[in-house]
Amino acid sequence: MKKYRFLIARRAVQISILFLYFAANAYGWSILVGNLSSSTLLGFIPLSDPYAVLQMFMAGAVISSTLVVGALIIFIFYAIVGGRVFCSWVCPINMVTDLANYCRRVFGLNQIQKKQPATRKMRYWVLAISLILSFALGVGAFEFISPISMVHRGLVFGMGFGWAAIIVIFLFDLLVLKNGWCGHICPLGGFYSLISKFRVINVKYDNDKCTECMKCKLVCPEKQVLFMITKETMPVLSGECTNCARCIEVCDDDALGFFLKIDEKKAKEIDNENN
Amino acid sequence: MALSRRDFLKSSAAASAAAAIGMSVPSEVQAAAEKANAGWRWDKAACRFCGTGCGIMLATKGGKIVAVKGDPAAPVNRGLNCIKGYFNAKIMYGADRLKQPLLRVGADGKFDKKGKFAPVSWERAFDEMEFHAKKALKQSGPEGVAVFASGQYTVMEGVAAQKMMKAGFRSNAIDPNARHCMASAVVGFYQTFGIDEPSGCYDDIELTDTIISWGANMAEMHPILWSRVTDRKLSDPKKVQVVNISTYKHRTSDLADMEIIFSPSTDLAMWNYVAREIVYNHPESIDWDFVKKHIIFASQPVNIGYGMRRSDEKSVKDGKYTKLEMETVSKEMSKIVSEKEGPALEAFGYKAGDNMVMKPAGLKHWEISFEEYKKFLDPYTVDYVAKISKGDPDEDIEVFKKKLKTLADLYIEKGRKVVSFWTMGMNQHTRGTWVNTLSYNVHFLLNKQAKPGNGAFSLTGQPSACGTAREVGTFCHRLPADMMVKNPKHRKICETAWKIPAGTLNPVGNQHIMKIHRDIEDGVVKFAWINVCNPYQDTASASHWIKAAREMDNFIVCSDGYPGISAKVSDLILPTAMIYEKWGAYGNAERRTQHWRQQVLPIGDSMSDTWQWVELSKRFTIKDLWGEQPLRGKNKDGTPKKLPNVIAEAKKMGYDENATMYDVLFAHERSKAYKVDMTKFPQKGYDNSECNGDSRNVVGSDGKVFKGYGFMIHEYLFEEYAEFGRGHAHDLAPFETYHKVRGLKWPVVDGKETQWRFNAKYDPYAKKETKESGNSHAFYGGLAKALSQGDLKGIKDKTKKSLKNKAKIFARPYMDPPEMPDENYPLWLCTGRVLEHWHSGTMTMRVPELYRAVPEALCYMHPADAKKIGVKRGELAWVDSRRGKVKARVETRGRNRPSRGLVFVPWFDEKVFINKVCLDATCPMSKQTDYKKCAVKVYKV
Amino acid sequence: MNNNNQKQKIKIEKISEGRRKFLNITKSVGIAVLGGFIWSAYVDEVKASSIVLRPPGALDEPDFLKTCIKCGMCVQACHFRDSNVMKNNDGDITGARPPTLKLAKPGDNLPIGTPFFIARDVPCFMCDDIPCVPVCPSGALDITKVSRKVEKEPEPVLDINMAKMGLAIVDTTNCIAFWGIQCDACYRACPILDKAITLEYKKNERTGKHAYLEPVVHSEFCTGCGLCELACVTDKPAIFVLPLEYALGKAGSHYIKGWDAKDEERLKNAHSETTTTKISEKSALDSLNNMDELEDLY
Repeated sequence: MKKYRFLIARRAVQISILFLYFAANAYGWSILVGNLSSSTLLGFIPLSDPYAVLQMFMAGAVISSTLVVGALIIFIFYAIVGGRVFCSWVCPINMVTDLANYCRRVFGLNQIQKKQPATRKMRYWVLAISLILSFALGVGAFEFISPISMVHRGLVFGMGFGWAAIIVIFLFDLLVLKNGWCGHICPLGGFYSLISKFRVINVKYDNDKCTECMKCKLVCPEKQVLFMITKETMPVLSGECTNCARCIEVCDDDALGFFLKIDEKKAKEIDNENN
Repeated sequence: MALSRRDFLKSSAAASAAAAIGMSVPSEVQAAAEKANAGWRWDKAACRFCGTGCGIMLATKGGKIVAVKGDPAAPVNRGLNCIKGYFNAKIMYGADRLKQPLLRVGADGKFDKKGKFAPVSWERAFDEMEFHAKKALKQSGPEGVAVFASGQYTVMEGVAAQKMMKAGFRSNAIDPNARHCMASAVVGFYQTFGIDEPSGCYDDIELTDTIISWGANMAEMHPILWSRVTDRKLSDPKKVQVVNISTYKHRTSDLADMEIIFSPSTDLAMWNYVAREIVYNHPESIDWDFVKKHIIFASQPVNIGYGMRRSDEKSVKDGKYTKLEMETVSKEMSKIVSEKEGPALEAFGYKAGDNMVMKPAGLKHWEISFEEYKKFLDPYTVDYVAKISKGDPDEDIEVFKKKLKTLADLYIEKGRKVVSFWTMGMNQHTRGTWVNTLSYNVHFLLNKQAKPGNGAFSLTGQPSACGTAREVGTFCHRLPADMMVKNPKHRKICETAWKIPAGTLNPVGNQHIMKIHRDIEDGVVKFAWINVCNPYQDTASASHWIKAAREMDNFIVCSDGYPGISAKVSDLILPTAMIYEKWGAYGNAERRTQHWRQQVLPIGDSMSDTWQWVELSKRFTIKDLWGEQPLRGKNKDGTPKKLPNVIAEAKKMGYDENATMYDVLFAHERSKAYKVDMTKFPQKGYDNSECNGDSRNVVGSDGKVFKGYGFMIHEYLFEEYAEFGRGHAHDLAPFETYHKVRGLKWPVVDGKETQWRFNAKYDPYAKKETKESGNSHAFYGGLAKALSQGDLKGIKDKTKKSLKNKAKIFARPYMDPPEMPDENYPLWLCTGRVLEHWHSGTMTMRVPELYRAVPEALCYMHPADAKKIGVKRGELAWVDSRRGKVKARVETRGRNRPSRGLVFVPWFDEKVFINKVCLDATCPMSKQTDYKKCAVKVYKV
Repeated sequence: MNNNNQKQKIKIEKISEGRRKFLNITKSVGIAVLGGFIWSAYVDEVKASSIVLRPPGALDEPDFLKTCIKCGMCVQACHFRDSNVMKNNDGDITGARPPTLKLAKPGDNLPIGTPFFIARDVPCFMCDDIPCVPVCPSGALDITKVSRKVEKEPEPVLDINMAKMGLAIVDTTNCIAFWGIQCDACYRACPILDKAITLEYKKNERTGKHAYLEPVVHSEFCTGCGLCELACVTDKPAIFVLPLEYALGKAGSHYIKGWDAKDEERLKNAHSETTTTKISEKSALDSLNNMDELEDLY
């Protein structure tokens, strides 16, 4: 159980949020109304996807104050807890890509396809292109094709061919590219990676405790952020880390764990004083 | 020769154009048209729906009706139709057409009142009907067997039902839904003219200068006539004036030059106001020459109740009516005269605050002097009438007074021709007969009745309320051609014509449609058969009747094409041929009789109502029915009422006592003289399921394939009935003629139809009557044409004075209806129809386009009223009366715009069952229910 | 020498690394350009193909597409208006009147995630309280477009009659009222009847005694709610709602109706421009000096 505690917690959070949105549409609950693009919490707190708002801005839309406030709330929240917390704790696609990843491991596809044919930097390209296209086309470009919104709206309002988006992403991740969508393409993930630089919650690695079993790297969806494993004790500072905590829970050696940056600063200060 | 599309269009257009102008078509063109039409066949018929009586053509292809067109040769509509008529081709093909007889059975397959419907054979169905009808006769006598009849019967169906009921079962408990729609007009005609049916015709529209609509929404209910009114208005917009008088704003106001919104029931006061204006302020406008020669004045009792149940009736005594209901029903026994009606009733000896004890008075009336009539009119000053009549609380009273004056001026203006139209607003009225007669008062005083372009004209709701219900006489009190069961001479005429023993016919005809429902609730009627109507949806206080039908010991049979509410309430359902699946004839509101041939075979095992009646007649012998039969009540000498045994008499006439009613009433020498001849017009090429059987090989009532009666029963039934009216101002043309023409307005004398009755210039009967006097008119109707003399309050001299060829002006005051809005039920409820749907919607709600256009009945109300109760437009609200409640969606913007204080809910929607809410008060004279006013509260669901 | 060799090797490696990098970048740019091209083509296509009816108060389509954040809150508000929810006797919720607004799904062939309605299926019922508009967080549904100042009221009040979702168009060839049939189902279904749709009376010369009652739509009042389109009884509706952009023409601002003071407004954008037609393409001098054409004349 201990090995899955964060996974279970994440699924619980993902599904609860989805259900609240769903219930708003199906039963008229007003806890969380709308969808991930924009919503109202408890009937009065506006929440908006800052990346979507950014695209709208690029497209030349007049941004309403509600959206600005909503986007700021979300922006600040993720800036503190880590942008990609959205990816692993909220985004519905995460469940799809995690499943694909799991299947890859079970079927040993990772062994067959060792070399990744694409760079994870791609998402920043996509992000840049989305903003350029938003500007050029006068509409939020990613919002038109976003499988995240598609699936999420689908679950809340009715799927249509939205299932296709799920299947495409699943197959893509399973057969074409490991962590293909979330780790390589998704510009929303890219956007959240960029705002995660100054987050407070990080994973830390203790090289001294590590037995180099490499389980953490096996489960990590953004392996490159764990470059320090077996090398040196340091926190995972890359914005691409999703704080999914899979590495923490699979580690039998207690070499990985969460820490708050504030504590670290304090620890450093204390260290310095001692020295 | 290949006919191009263009050729085809040209030749068929030429053919129909030629037909339209009555020209004979060159046979070459005719042949080309027929060839072009190969694959389908056009034949003429009448529209299934309202009383307008539009002519249509039906295209049949592959045994199904595939298309309809307005008949360009039909004088009423000249090829046009309304939105319902446009869909005539689709009404018979709803997916849930009933195809087999269905009986409620228990697990053992036997009839079980609480069982579920299961298919049974026709034989079994008639076994059950025979059994239960015999049981009912045994328990209650002829009064225990009843029929809910119809103004949508074909003429022949009406005749078949009438004969079997009145001559066979000797029961007068047959009454049509036309009671709900026309009865007040009928009694109005009887009392005024002594004969039923209007004096004018639709041609008045093109000839008049003024169209005044009283309680009629012609724009939605008579659209084709409305388009004629519109055309008339367009042809001379300044001269032609249109006035809409109603209790709420509706589409008829669109064209109107003036709209008068009045408070329910005060149309009585407004008519009297117009008469007062004439008599007091414009006496010069009275045509004294006409009045003296043709008119007498009359009065009647006013404490006649409201046609509700009385306290001595069984179900009331048994406590089947709640305390709330009794608040209203108690007015049937007595009521306190209100401030509102006080001034109007003073001349009759009542003043505000008096207790008025109600006494049923039937149709009693007596002659009075003009001075008495003038005295009666005195209170209807503009101040009084405006005060009680103004229906829109937001309208300025001075504006309303001005409108009243304008209205009176339009009537009075010398040389201005005026037509007053009305329908349900004046007929469905607790004083319906009164208000009908008040309309003639005004027209008579001005000599503006029964003249081209002049006259008060009652528009009919149903396609054959006139043709079948009234002219055939499928009412409890009537016999064909305006004869009455009460009248021994009339009974004698019928008995002779039908070749049945003297004394067979029952002289007591009081089981009108409300009475049949009430008799079922009282446990008297044990067997009831529903024909071409939906009485469990269309009757007010519906919950009572449904409960009585479902929970008491009785047997309800429903003949229908579709599973409506009445079918659901019944014990046995008979699948029934619909309109174009049988030979038929309808008579419209202007006395026009129109025939059609059977176009297609009925769906499933359906058979026509005529067939069902004739088959039932095979199950009853002279012995079964013509022995002594008990009736309710006692004779004057205290002996119980009964019908005599006429079996001996029958034997004397040569009948075997074991002869069935089929032999006696339907299949005898006279009928067999009407031959089936498939080689000749009009039978050639057309199915005739009753006479020949048909390719479906339906297994009939005897368990054998039905092969037909072998004689032309439709022609026989029509001709035998028509014979009653010929020579009696009801003359109908021969059967075959009607298959050649686009309907004829009776009386048809020497092959010519009659446009204006009672007018010596146009009506051969009036001409005959005025030969000596040289009068312009003769109101030759014979009913109630000798009266006692008296004053407003009563008879003073009982000697009856003849008033041959005269008509009557009645002194009939304004009175409150029995239920009016109060603190607890603050709103008036008015019900009615919408253009898109016909009656209870069993047909039109199954036409997808019409369903989509108007899928549900809305509660139309004023925005301020909706705001007051906190209901937003489009939200559901309860419409709640002392009798029941229904949920309906509130509409404040729609086609109907009531003023504050009134809501309108149409009744076509079985899901919004508004008749649970309505009150079954009737005009006590005509017994027609008032669906236009009761008190309700509306609140959010 | 050895050293030199090594240096060269390093240099070559450096060069090839540089090349690889260059190649990689080029490849990425290539993929990005190609991807961006397909992406923009798709978005453009969906955007362009949208003859679609938007909720009341929607901005003009281009601005609407920019501004709508696709949150679906308008759809939910429509869904949960009391009129559209019916509780049966057990208190269960059953959809009585289906909600008007839908959110475009993949496969609807519309800008995905945006609210719309199909009048023939479920039109806008023109709720007086307009539940869908105030909930819009982005202003894509602009409340100012459906509210007006009323005397004595401090705040502007909602007025659904101001909505401009589209405009009803009558196909007078297939509309049966123009055949003389007494239909006018659209007219009676119209929530602003007698303003948005009126009946025009005309004599029917063929029959000689009937009148045509022809429905006429007035664009200044029609909100495009589509109740008429729903009610129309022809197989394919003969009255249908189109977005204003498709339904309306536009008269040039160089002519102002002399009898209509309001029409002056169109002058705001009026300006003079130099015009060119085929005949005035060439400069005056050129045409005058071109004798060829003149020769053709004799």
